[in-house]
Amino acid sequence: MSLPVPNVTFYERVEDALANDYQRGAFDRASSRFQALRRNALDALPAAEDIRDRARAIRAHTIGKLDVYLAQFADAVEANGGHVHWAADAETARRIVVDIATAAGATLAVKSKSMVTEEIHLNEALEAAGVRTVESDLGEYIIQLAGETPSHIITPVIHKTKEQCGQILHEKAGVPLTDEPAEMTAAVREKMREVFLSADVGISGANFGVAETGTICLVTNEGNGRMTTTLPRVHVAVMGIERLVPTLADLSVMLQVLARSATGQKITVYTNLVSGPRRPGEPDGPDEMHVVLVDNGRSRVLGTQMAEILYCIRCGACLNACPVYREIGGHAYGSVYPGPVGAVLTPALGGVENWSELPQASSLCGACREVCPVRIDIPRMLLELRHEADGAGQSPAWAGMGLAAFRTAATRPGLFRAAVSLSSAGSRALGRGGWLGKLPPPLSGWTDTRDFPALAEKPFSQQLRERRAEKGKDEDGT
Amino acid sequence: MSDPSPAPGRVQLFVTCMIEAVRPEAGLAVVDVLEALGLTVDYPEDQTCCGQPAFNAGSWDDAAAMARHTLDVLSRSDAPIIIPSGSCGDMVRHHYPRLLEGDPVYGPLAAAVAERAFEFSEFLYDVLGVGREAASPAETTGEKVTNHPSCHLLRGMGVREAPRALLSAAGVELVELPNAEECCGFGGLFAVKMSDISGAMLQRKLDAIEDSGASTVVSCDVSCLIHIAGGLHRRGSAVQTKHIAEVLRP
Repeated sequence: MSLPVPNVTFYERVEDALANDYQRGAFDRASSRFQALRRNALDALPAAEDIRDRARAIRAHTIGKLDVYLAQFADAVEANGGHVHWAADAETARRIVVDIATAAGATLAVKSKSMVTEEIHLNEALEAAGVRTVESDLGEYIIQLAGETPSHIITPVIHKTKEQCGQILHEKAGVPLTDEPAEMTAAVREKMREVFLSADVGISGANFGVAETGTICLVTNEGNGRMTTTLPRVHVAVMGIERLVPTLADLSVMLQVLARSATGQKITVYTNLVSGPRRPGEPDGPDEMHVVLVDNGRSRVLGTQMAEILYCIRCGACLNACPVYREIGGHAYGSVYPGPVGAVLTPALGGVENWSELPQASSLCGACREVCPVRIDIPRMLLELRHEADGAGQSPAWAGMGLAAFRTAATRPGLFRAAVSLSSAGSRALGRGGWLGKLPPPLSGWTDTRDFPALAEKPFSQQLRERRAEKGKDEDGT
Repeated sequence: MSDPSPAPGRVQLFVTCMIEAVRPEAGLAVVDVLEALGLTVDYPEDQTCCGQPAFNAGSWDDAAAMARHTLDVLSRSDAPIIIPSGSCGDMVRHHYPRLLEGDPVYGPLAAAVAERAFEFSEFLYDVLGVGREAASPAETTGEKVTNHPSCHLLRGMGVREAPRALLSAAGVELVELPNAEECCGFGGLFAVKMSDISGAMLQRKLDAIEDSGASTVVSCDVSCLIHIAGGLHRRGSAVQTKHIAEVLRP
């Protein structure tokens, strides 16, 4: 299985998330803040909508010819003196990285933030092989110390208070207890210098790979990506096979929308372009550079109705805009990829049979599609996945039978009118003052938090007919 | 079977099953508004449900059967089709053609119907030009209303200006709804299947409505309104819910 399925059900995870008031407040504040920052940044960008169109076109083109660009990229990486490795699945990817580290005699690896390494659970594999692995992004470091997973793809520790962060850093890393973020940052920065200088291997992800030049583009705000890719003597970049753009000119288009959509920045503080190991005469850089291209279900998605999700550039804007993510946060999704993008990507990579609830966890409001820098039609794919799940017998029995009965009535107008009339009488008999306060299962969830209206005594069609008959009589003078 | 030359000033109403069964008064208000504009409103008999609940549940065979029935009903005349719902309008305009793509009979029919299907406020504002000039302050009714822009009207059909412009022109006092464009949490079966999440989203919307200071919340979608109304009623709130036609009605 390409993505491990959690052993707690989605509904239980949602219950936990909704019961966590602090966490809900944190997601709420972060969502509002990031949405406003994104909006301001895009409003200030001339021709932003045209740039988004261009960015989408670049991603669509690349994914449409991914085989061609992968070959070109791999050749260019090799020509630059790098080594290319192909990993069909997570296990292979882990083994490749562990082998590289072992061959280098590594005992310490430093990492910059990378979602694909979360996806393949790389840290556990390295630790098991005796390679101590340290996350160098501040948020990721705290998450690692806490033994948790990121709750947001851009801001991984958004679900914790600064007091909780201070506590974790104090208990697990010996940082003097503080709830001042600046003090925490300074203390961790101090620790990280040590790690950067003594690490044998630096492991990064890749925001983009440029096919024409074999360049890895890495964006960070903390500078840790630059340290990770230049100080240790071996650099391993792990990337999903879909992360390519054809040219450096295309990269510049993507960079115009990435940071703006993610954090509202015009550009991230550090934008690194890494094109191979240190060349003769260069003062710094690693002796070896490896690029691990991870498939892990992606090539199966190519050419399907879900291929568009591979356009994603991991900005997190859809998470910030999503009213469901805002309520339940990232962990409830049970996958490293939460929110709207995760609700498509996770079942697309891991099989809808294992993740059938995720596409249902949406009101199809379309806020994700509206903010996506590359205009991915996430609601369309949620519907496709629901259709797929329904065809595979994944819909609840009550829903299937209910809809079949509804179809029977809705395609036979006489029956439909009778059903409406019957429902009306029933709902009015059971209701009080036009409202029902308690519905039986499976509808009882509705009345947990809201009343349900009794149906009208006379349906619209009947009232209109009577009104027109009345009017007709008046006009006839009878 | 289509009338080759539709009479001018004639429209047909696809009232939606929600209005048919739950809020008939909204449908009557739609008829009143359209008739007051001098239009003849046909009500094609035998209309039922557009099929969206089945479509959104992934049960596309069921949805296609309902879509074909609805297309038959709406193809007896070439008159513009008025749908008082952004959600059902989005279904007819955008999802029917895709759902029935490749069907030799209903595919082209879906494309033709999609061309002449309009959501109610969209038709008034974009086609008839109603609400293009704001009412003078003297005509203000004094009713404080706020507008909940339903997701499928706003982001599905792309209708952003029409409801607010129509309400302003009708002389009501339009007050801002905080985070107006956020979903109320209805989402059809989502409100049942994922009732905890849906309920949490609704509470946020209800807070925003109560914070707005409005005495009435208006929407172009009755489905959102019954969801919001159910929440307001549970809270014991005095805020009323109205379909936009009930405010615009002469």
